[in-house]
Amino acid sequence: MAYDGVVACAPVTIPYRRYSINTAHWWIGRALHKLTQAAKIRPHDIDGLVLSSFTLGPDTAVGVTQHLGLTPRWLDHVPLGGASGVVGLRRAARAVQCGDAQLVACVAGDTNHVDSFRKTLTTFSRFAQDAVYPYGSGGANASFALITKNYMNMYGAKREDFGKLCIAQRDNALAIPFAMMKKKLTLDEYMAARPISDPLHLFDCVMPCAGAEAFLVCRADTAKSLGLPAVRILSTVERHNAFRDDPIQYRGGWALDVDELWQMAGIKPDDIDLVETYDDYPVIVTMQFEDLGFCRKGEGPDFIRGHSFTTDGSFPHNTSGGQLSAGQAGAAGGYLGLTEAMRQLTGAPIGEQVANAEHAIVSGFGMINYDRGLSSGAAVLARA
Amino acid sequence: MASDLLAFAHRVAQGSIRIIDLTQTLAQEFPTIVLPPEFGQCAPFRIEEVSRYDERGPAWYWNNITLGEHTGTHFDAPIHWISGKDLANNAVDTIDPRNFIAPASVVDCSKECATDPDFVLTVDFVEAWEKKHGRIAAGEWVLLRTDWSKKPYPEYAGMGDDGAHTPGPSPETVRWLVEERDVHGFGTETIGTDYGQGQHFNPPYPAHFYMHGKGRYGLQCLTNLDKLPPKGAVIVAAPLKIKQGSGSPLRVLALVEGGA
Amino acid sequence: MTAPLVRPKRKDPLKKTRQPLYPQPIRSRTAQGLTAAAAQGRFELQTCADCKTVFYPPRDACPNCLSARVPFIPVDNGGKVLAETTIHTSTDPYFRERTPWRAGLTKLDCGPVVLSHLHGDVREGERVRLNLKLDKGGAPVLIALPEKDTPNMADDPQLREMTCDPKFRRVLITNGRTAVGQAMAKAFSEAGANIVFVGIADPWKPFPGQDALRAIERVEIVPLDVTDTESVTEQAEQNGGRIDIIVNTAEHVRPGGIAQRHGLTVAREEMDVRYFGLMRLAQAFGPAMRSRGADGVNSAAAFVNLLSVHALMNWPAYGAYSAAEAATLSAAQCLRAELRPGGVKVLNVFFGPLETEWFQTVPPPKVAPSALAKAVVRALQSGLEDVFVGDVAEDIRGRLAVNPKALEREIAG
Repeated sequence: MAYDGVVACAPVTIPYRRYSINTAHWWIGRALHKLTQAAKIRPHDIDGLVLSSFTLGPDTAVGVTQHLGLTPRWLDHVPLGGASGVVGLRRAARAVQCGDAQLVACVAGDTNHVDSFRKTLTTFSRFAQDAVYPYGSGGANASFALITKNYMNMYGAKREDFGKLCIAQRDNALAIPFAMMKKKLTLDEYMAARPISDPLHLFDCVMPCAGAEAFLVCRADTAKSLGLPAVRILSTVERHNAFRDDPIQYRGGWALDVDELWQMAGIKPDDIDLVETYDDYPVIVTMQFEDLGFCRKGEGPDFIRGHSFTTDGSFPHNTSGGQLSAGQAGAAGGYLGLTEAMRQLTGAPIGEQVANAEHAIVSGFGMINYDRGLSSGAAVLARA
Repeated sequence: MASDLLAFAHRVAQGSIRIIDLTQTLAQEFPTIVLPPEFGQCAPFRIEEVSRYDERGPAWYWNNITLGEHTGTHFDAPIHWISGKDLANNAVDTIDPRNFIAPASVVDCSKECATDPDFVLTVDFVEAWEKKHGRIAAGEWVLLRTDWSKKPYPEYAGMGDDGAHTPGPSPETVRWLVEERDVHGFGTETIGTDYGQGQHFNPPYPAHFYMHGKGRYGLQCLTNLDKLPPKGAVIVAAPLKIKQGSGSPLRVLALVEGGA
Repeated sequence: MTAPLVRPKRKDPLKKTRQPLYPQPIRSRTAQGLTAAAAQGRFELQTCADCKTVFYPPRDACPNCLSARVPFIPVDNGGKVLAETTIHTSTDPYFRERTPWRAGLTKLDCGPVVLSHLHGDVREGERVRLNLKLDKGGAPVLIALPEKDTPNMADDPQLREMTCDPKFRRVLITNGRTAVGQAMAKAFSEAGANIVFVGIADPWKPFPGQDALRAIERVEIVPLDVTDTESVTEQAEQNGGRIDIIVNTAEHVRPGGIAQRHGLTVAREEMDVRYFGLMRLAQAFGPAMRSRGADGVNSAAAFVNLLSVHALMNWPAYGAYSAAEAATLSAAQCLRAELRPGGVKVLNVFFGPLETEWFQTVPPPKVAPSALAKAVVRALQSGLEDVFVGDVAEDIRGRLAVNPKALEREIAG
């Protein structure tokens, strides 16, 4: 069932900072404040809230309602990391479509104190605590290094291929004021960067930072009455713990749901004008190209060799720099592609505009519980 | 009488009566008697600090000690041996305190022992000594000077694979000392009053058997016997008043005429 | 191929001693099943009692059929490394000082895919044997070892972090007067210990085997009496800063029960030698060992307690002895908790009756002192925490697991 009449609008970003002395509550508060200003609404107009954060503990979404003085009649807490944006959008869209709420604020925010990244890693999950962190404590870098190494072994991907993605995203980020990394990156620099966890080197890894992202989900007519440019939601999917018998992850849950995604959207991959993937590591980006239907499984490396991935290029991808250049603001990283796609489709980008942007796909990926990311999701959006 | 006593005290203070300490320091490493391991054992001296100007007691230093009645320089009461078990006043708490002060004859066999750790004190040897130094009087301690206290511990204990090899008296000698000389008790520098191989005598451990059987006392692990005259020293040896105690570690002092 | 360990040079006295760190030790309660197996050197993973699925990481229900009957049981440890990585950057202070550190994913023949440490002789795509070990913090970890033993494989730096190999370490055997103490001195000398200090109490008392003991290579006799606080303190003051492994061989074995035994003198000696002896050693040597847990190749590594298996269940024929052993075991558990932050393991070795004079009337099977000594060395080389030596010890372990009450009745005769 599609999401007829439901739109997303008012993307806001609280500029990222490498370290913050503020709390997650502060960042979420700033995002909701900016959202009310952008939409010219009052806080109590928000009757639905979906929230994602890693560093909010011991609170969850319900604590935030009292903390920020909100009285929603619909509330959700989506602890899905990089899949939070797509899943939050998905939940909110249904709530609005079914009339459970009229104006849903979707927000993700995290702080980054000195040492909070290490603490998050230690207690990330029970499996991480029992079976990952004690093995060198390389964090997600080490886990994705193994996935990357296996993918390279299986499909002949080279570091240069992943480098190309990182360099293109850096080019895109040069126009984004809040991006953490704003210095042009060359292939030589990429190749020569210090190793983090072989085969991953420095520029394959995101930089943890503090930040927040938010947007509204409502009916098209509500957006119109508020005077807000909006995007239509053509289709969404989510999946958790897919392909659990794969000994090592070489595909994500998208591969299970890709047919339904395009069928519901009523368009084909060729119709897409910009792609916002979840880029915690370039190997995951490559899998998304394959699993979302832009190329076949194993053809990722060739696909990368055939495109430029810059905002003005042949396959505009992660046009605000992605997390690899903008920084990974915790759960807000799962919102980065959504807010960027909304801006591109409404003609209000922070950086460069993708020409004739009519359709976008945003995908999310998150929660490496043990040896693989568990959650995947994707949404196809269209200019209203 | 009182004036004699004060005169005595004055002479001690002024040094014309010398005090010789016959006591070994109570220390953990000092050998104790060794019995076959299936028997009960005498506890060695052990010391545990209670506090030393620290969190356990900020302004004071003191220790708890553990030891046996027969650890270090010690006194043997008649009740110690089965032969003396039924005598009257046979334990350290019931012995008449008069008995804690008595003169001593010091029999020197250090020369003989220097070459023979198995030296046995015989009646002949004592009689020869008496010819030189005078008869042992009734009520006197007989202290056996062997210079054993000067030896390093392995030689001092003299342990071989057939038991200890240290000098001591023959059964006849002990019996003779008790019956013919009516001595007060017998004292040695070695770990026991008996000969090292005394278990092979008949009776075994005669110094214990005869002395305690006749209500006499023992002193062992003495030192500084070489500083005593053959006759004329007065021994002060008062054991702790342990209820029905068989013996006791103690400070043994000798009073000797003539200042330096 | 592993480079053979080089005998450590003398320490630069101007250099600060690296303080011990250890990997994150927190585990879920269920994952402590791995701790139990690792402590005794077994390779066990959860196996569903209903559908027989073997799985990992530890869970509270079978991920195949949702059964709650999911015990840890021994499984085949063979597998193949799917992918490896060398970690150069770690957020954890322990690993930060030890990078590069290798880890990899192995597909086990019995089913699950496991993330593990990799021995230096293991390569991606090769077959391996997975072992469960206790890491520096005493937490259970998996390490992939080469399928067949390789030269000097025990010297691998990652593996050596999980073992207490006596090689090049300095050992103190607390009592060399006994057959066990002497066998221990010989075994540690043969295992490549740098110095084997052997404590002798009452040196004025001769003892059998004295000359043979002195003749063992790298043995150094030192005065030590575990019943004398001052003696223990003095020995610690002299050598405590350079002792890496302590093997407490002080023993006091006497037959007899509680009610039937006459008085407390022997019981006090038992407690003094065993329980208080351990406490004296722990107080005198423990703090220095705990601070030297990361002191290079010859870091402080282990404190070994030799315990009668009857510490676990009283044997009335040796009832007071069993009780003293039980007290000692309890103290050893406390010591283990106290030394763990320093990366120093406490190895408890449970033995059945020994082939020594104090068990003369006990029928076989009995444990030869040399067998006990070899078991201790092997356990240290493997990094174990609890070891059972001899048929009687194994028997009691088995019966305790099945029905402790039955054992209590039957052992009383």
